[in-house]
Amino acid sequence: MKNTVLLGALTVAGLAAGAAGAATLDDVKARGTLNCGVSTGLTGFSAPDANGVWQGFDVAVCRAVAAAVLGDPMAVNFVPTTGQTRFTALASGEIDILARNTTWTFSRDVDLKFEFTGVNYYDGQGFMVPKALGVSSAKELDGATVCIQTGTTTELNLADFFRVNNISYEPVPIETNAEAQQQYLASACDVYTTDASGLAATRASFEAPSDHIILPEIISKEPLGPLVRHGDSEWGDVVRWSFNALVAAEEYGVTSANIEELASSPGDNPEINRLLGTEGELGAMLGLDADFAKKAIMANGNYGEIFEKTIGEKTPIGLSRGLNAQWTEGGLMYSPPFR
Amino acid sequence: MSDTHAQTVAYVRESMTEQREPPLSETGVYKWIHGNMLSTPLNVFLTLVSLWVIWTVLSHVLPWAVFGIWDAASLTECRAIRDELYGADGSVACWAVISERWQQLLFGFYPPEGYWRPVLAFVLFLAAIAPILFSSLPRKLLWLTLAAPFVMFWLIWGGTIWGPICIALGFVLGWAAIHYSGPRIGTLAAVILAIVLPLIYWLVIAGPLAQALSTVLPIGLNPVASREMGGFMLALIIGISGIVLSLPLGIVLALGRQSDLFLINKVSVIFIEVIRGVPLIVWLFTASLLLNYFLPPGTNFDLMLRVIIMVTLFSSAYIAEVVRGGLAALAKGQYEAADALGLDYWKSMRLVVLPQALKISIPGIVNTFIGLFKDTTLVVFIGLLDPIGLSNTIRASTDWNGIYWELFVFIGLCFFIFCFSMGRYSLFLEKTLRREHR
Repeated sequence: MKNTVLLGALTVAGLAAGAAGAATLDDVKARGTLNCGVSTGLTGFSAPDANGVWQGFDVAVCRAVAAAVLGDPMAVNFVPTTGQTRFTALASGEIDILARNTTWTFSRDVDLKFEFTGVNYYDGQGFMVPKALGVSSAKELDGATVCIQTGTTTELNLADFFRVNNISYEPVPIETNAEAQQQYLASACDVYTTDASGLAATRASFEAPSDHIILPEIISKEPLGPLVRHGDSEWGDVVRWSFNALVAAEEYGVTSANIEELASSPGDNPEINRLLGTEGELGAMLGLDADFAKKAIMANGNYGEIFEKTIGEKTPIGLSRGLNAQWTEGGLMYSPPFR
Repeated sequence: MSDTHAQTVAYVRESMTEQREPPLSETGVYKWIHGNMLSTPLNVFLTLVSLWVIWTVLSHVLPWAVFGIWDAASLTECRAIRDELYGADGSVACWAVISERWQQLLFGFYPPEGYWRPVLAFVLFLAAIAPILFSSLPRKLLWLTLAAPFVMFWLIWGGTIWGPICIALGFVLGWAAIHYSGPRIGTLAAVILAIVLPLIYWLVIAGPLAQALSTVLPIGLNPVASREMGGFMLALIIGISGIVLSLPLGIVLALGRQSDLFLINKVSVIFIEVIRGVPLIVWLFTASLLLNYFLPPGTNFDLMLRVIIMVTLFSSAYIAEVVRGGLAALAKGQYEAADALGLDYWKSMRLVVLPQALKISIPGIVNTFIGLFKDTTLVVFIGLLDPIGLSNTIRASTDWNGIYWELFVFIGLCFFIFCFSMGRYSLFLEKTLRREHR
């Protein structure tokens, strides 16, 4: 096929027109779609449904940002990225925002020159064991065989944990979560360790989930959040406050059910008024419409609603809010004030 | 005298006896079984063991596949239906995942109302390749072959029809340059002209021309971006483009490696050794990651195109070596005979050497193609959703988390169909081209 020639010509044309500036917001507006990097598939966080429409907890962040900027939650190009390609895709400008269960670490923030715009899920590494093993704490796992994904921070955390507790283990290296599930079910390893959300999703897919327990120990901090490139703080602000709007909306009791009513005219609560743009000029400061937060919230509902819909206790994954509850309910979800 | 005769007569047969069936042990199935399976005690033993192995495999796999559940919305529902029908310990396939997602496995996220477009493009491909594959078809069909790449591109990616037409005009321009200016300014100058003219045309004129034409006569299909393509469609686009482009490139490289011209020879050798000496996955990562750093930010250099280029280069290095094997196997007399006939280099290659060398190389070439086609699954590592990548994303939905074999069986079957038919065609080709023993 001689497609290459046409595409090659297009490429050269693209090169000529392509001297893209740092103003991601303008680029996105001009393009009319948001390029959002997501995982190629992570249960509950990002996966296409039977119609090819992406769904999930990370996906909802993209949709909220697209709604805030472009007014249309569906105006998103989802770019599936793998663990290896995600940072290059963001650094090269192929995507405007990366929402792919990426842990906020010092080196990624500072050395790789990215800007984390918040934490949409506080995760941590946990252990799953068959009930028949008769173990109730990770500290009793001396000499166990552990299924572990190679080349991840998970592997390093595990080594640290066992060394600190002065117990031994035998790693069974595996490549993907799917492989891990099979190996674990085939009893190739006693323990499976990965992020607690992943463990819950894996356990939910088993024939007899109640035969397996997730141990209480969480051995690492994995704050997962959306990130953007360094050096474009305006765009970073847009993503940060679009997400904060979702969190604040839950705190103030703004839901997709009552948002139309609350946004129709200024109400009694000035916080809600400022959030929804019926009072003040917050949207204009970001370079967006006054009702940007309203649109972001209407895309999928507030943070709590998104959580319930995608990974919450009513879904097969069945995660409880835990650390991800509002700060008013003992969690860590805390939006700075809209003022 | 009559005595002897009389005695003989008693034994002379007056009518033919009925033909009898050959003994049971010398005919049909029985003989075949006896001869091939039970001829010695060792063979008896091996036969029994083989039967046992086949029985064990089939008795597990067949009921699993045949009694599979086709109608369910999720794995949990599948399991509920199974419990109801066969009890909790029954092991049956949950084909429902295929019946729900087969379109995604075949087309990726291509808009459903446009499924006919890739299908039509594929049919067109088969029609276009037929006159090349089967020499009994009328030669006029080759015009279809020439037009097919542009039409297929237009069908799959959509957009205005004038884009591909304007690009095709560039090739016409190049051909015209050789054909009309060749006799006047010499072959070399004509070849250079035929390369430069279309390039200038593509870079400067083709874009605006296509735009102008599409505003005057807006004929076009809904454009579809590369990222929306996935599944087998992606594997086929990459595989077919790679196969079609790498064969000529590989032949040129093989000839270059045999060339006496120092520069051409060394360039070919270096190219082949470098490309072949590095794993394909590394080239794919180069295409997807390194190029991003070199190209200016915001450049939209289609990832699928980058992959096609890398896959083509990779397999052309292999094809070059396979063809070189064919060239080396040819007796020197053939080259000399071609020279003695007064043929120039290109004619001697085209008419005498390559037809024989390629015939020898057919199994190797097809082997490389089959490998290339299966290697397209490696793109899963750079985030393209080929069938394997899609099986992961399907598993990532809460409905189907925990399902494995059904997806892999389906994917394996689809790949097998394509690879097996390629292998069969290569056998057919070898048979029709066999000249020695006719």
